[in-house]
Amino acid sequence: MSTETETVASSPVDVPEPEWRRLEARTVLVRPFNEFIGFIPLLIGAIALGQHNDQKIWYGLGVITLLIARGVLHWATTRYRITDEQVEIRHGLINRQRMTTRRERIRTVEATAKFGHRLFGVTSVRIGTGQHEHKGHRPVRLDAVTTAEADRLRRVLLQRNDIAVADPTSPAEPPAGVVLAKLDWRWLKYAPLTLSGLFAAAAILGVVWRSVNELDINVSRVGLMRSGVRWFEHASAGAVIAAVTLVAVVLIVFGSTLIYVLKYSGYELTREPDDTLHVRRGLLTTSAVTIEEARLRGVEIREPLLLRAGRGARCLAVATGLAHRSESHLLMPPGPAVEAHRVASRALRLTDGTSPTQVRLARHSAKALRRRLVRAVGSGLVVVLLLWLASVALGWPVWLWQVACVLPVLGVPLGWNRYRNLGHALTPRYLVSRSGSLERRTVALQRTGIIGWQVRRTFFQRRAGLITLTASTSAGRGAYHVFDITTSDGLRLADEAVPGLLTPFLVED
Amino acid sequence: MTTEPSAPPRQPTLRLRDPRHRVHPRAILWWTVRSAVFWVVVALVQVAFLVFADQPPGWLTTTLIITGVVGVLQMAVEPQWRYRVHHWEATPDAVFTRSGWIRQEWRVAPVSRIQTVDTKRGLLEQLFGLATVTVTTASAAGPVEIAGLGQADAARLVDELTATTQATAGDAT
Repeated sequence: MSTETETVASSPVDVPEPEWRRLEARTVLVRPFNEFIGFIPLLIGAIALGQHNDQKIWYGLGVITLLIARGVLHWATTRYRITDEQVEIRHGLINRQRMTTRRERIRTVEATAKFGHRLFGVTSVRIGTGQHEHKGHRPVRLDAVTTAEADRLRRVLLQRNDIAVADPTSPAEPPAGVVLAKLDWRWLKYAPLTLSGLFAAAAILGVVWRSVNELDINVSRVGLMRSGVRWFEHASAGAVIAAVTLVAVVLIVFGSTLIYVLKYSGYELTREPDDTLHVRRGLLTTSAVTIEEARLRGVEIREPLLLRAGRGARCLAVATGLAHRSESHLLMPPGPAVEAHRVASRALRLTDGTSPTQVRLARHSAKALRRRLVRAVGSGLVVVLLLWLASVALGWPVWLWQVACVLPVLGVPLGWNRYRNLGHALTPRYLVSRSGSLERRTVALQRTGIIGWQVRRTFFQRRAGLITLTASTSAGRGAYHVFDITTSDGLRLADEAVPGLLTPFLVED
Repeated sequence: MTTEPSAPPRQPTLRLRDPRHRVHPRAILWWTVRSAVFWVVVALVQVAFLVFADQPPGWLTTTLIITGVVGVLQMAVEPQWRYRVHHWEATPDAVFTRSGWIRQEWRVAPVSRIQTVDTKRGLLEQLFGLATVTVTTASAAGPVEIAGLGQADAARLVDELTATTQATAGDAT
């Protein structure tokens, strides 16, 4: 392994056409194993409760066999190679596919190992290019290769010819990167402030409910449940609400802490000597994301309502070639907001330690406030109106619309907060925009990364003299908005952020 | 841009001008027919219920009338309004469009960031001799589309853009 690294690193010109490689043979077992883990609660339930249903077990075994067959097929038909110019992947038996990606287009390399992968010492590698993943635009993924090979791929693929190669005398151990941030276990107190606990609690309940359902367990036969149900029948409404709230809070705190530990333990953000940012994290499923720094287009600070109340934040990268569903663009997990801004400034190589996400933002006009309020209160009123109509026409219960009257009232602080969070600024290198209340997002987008503008105006915005300005970029979500900015201010902001682009189309009044 | 030192530091109000060219006038017809098809389908579904259902609900006649009125109004207003709004322009440096009706949108894409330029002609568009030019950049925010161009204009625009795009270096990200 180490000799190969050396050859590739030392003289890329003389290397003969590289051989086609296969995925790691152990892969065949990994995927079925990962799927199998999902069956475990069912099996435990079946064995522990002695209520197995033969048909279901055969069915499960059949599915597992099919999965193994698919794994074998996937392994047997997949080949890949890396030439000086490009990465080529061939796969498929009947429907043969050949994917070719030019190496200079590779922006990110992401190595993910689920629990099954870890057990077999393999890793799944995803290669991100500048191409956005539309439907039909499949990501380039090698699932899976050995962990050592994944590490080699990461280093080789993001290596540019003009970048000095790491010391060839010790190719197996490249010089360590500079640590920019590390997990601080005190951050764990921010875990319950993320809403992940809600999902965790829902997932736990879901698994329990499914198992109970699948195994035809009669709930009323379990003693604990029976006494619980009996208590519910006799307790007062207040006690029931208190008990339910308590259980929910405990579940959420426990669930979110567990998820935080699973997702973020071992978190470390480093800058590698080859000018890449490297984010490692995960307990059972580990993930290592490498982002080419030259392709980092900015940073985003996200502060959901609860986390914001606890002065916490997350920091994300605005970069090309990252999957956006997962958290592969994460630079810092939920932690102190101060630290998130510090990580942002370090990731952007700002020496003075102040992040553009912290600059003073220009407030939007009072008309924007009116729009926020009208929209927040108005949507609540619409709900009330619909429920009232339903109660009159369709005989829905009256208390529905009466309870819903809370919504327009809540709309006032929501609209106010949404307005307070609107803001924009221009620094010498970044366009900064902030919006949102339930989740406040502050984006600092590199001005040179802006590849076009959209100016949008609805009927009501036109009457208020406002526009929504959208900067297009190849990175991150691809479009970043400045909401409800005065037409003139918005156009001036766009014109100053990218000099020349908009100028020929502007007129003064 | 006053340069008098005594002038208060008030900046002039800016607005976007219209791009230079309008779309083809036949686009009005195209938009009208497109809306008509939509409303006829909506109406036909309701008529089918009225005719074939054993006991059609009473409010179906009301919604059918509403469909008719809204449809006719929309067909009378939208195409004309769109024609007034839709404009496009291609300079050596950028593509600039304005589109929409109730909700309007201006888009600017620098030529140096253009990745592909395509022409597309739907069935109705072919009927009216029109074409849509789609200019994509690396952004996920969606391409710049110029709909309702005359086919000759579209072809000329594509040639022009292809030529200028090839002349500009860089990988457009």
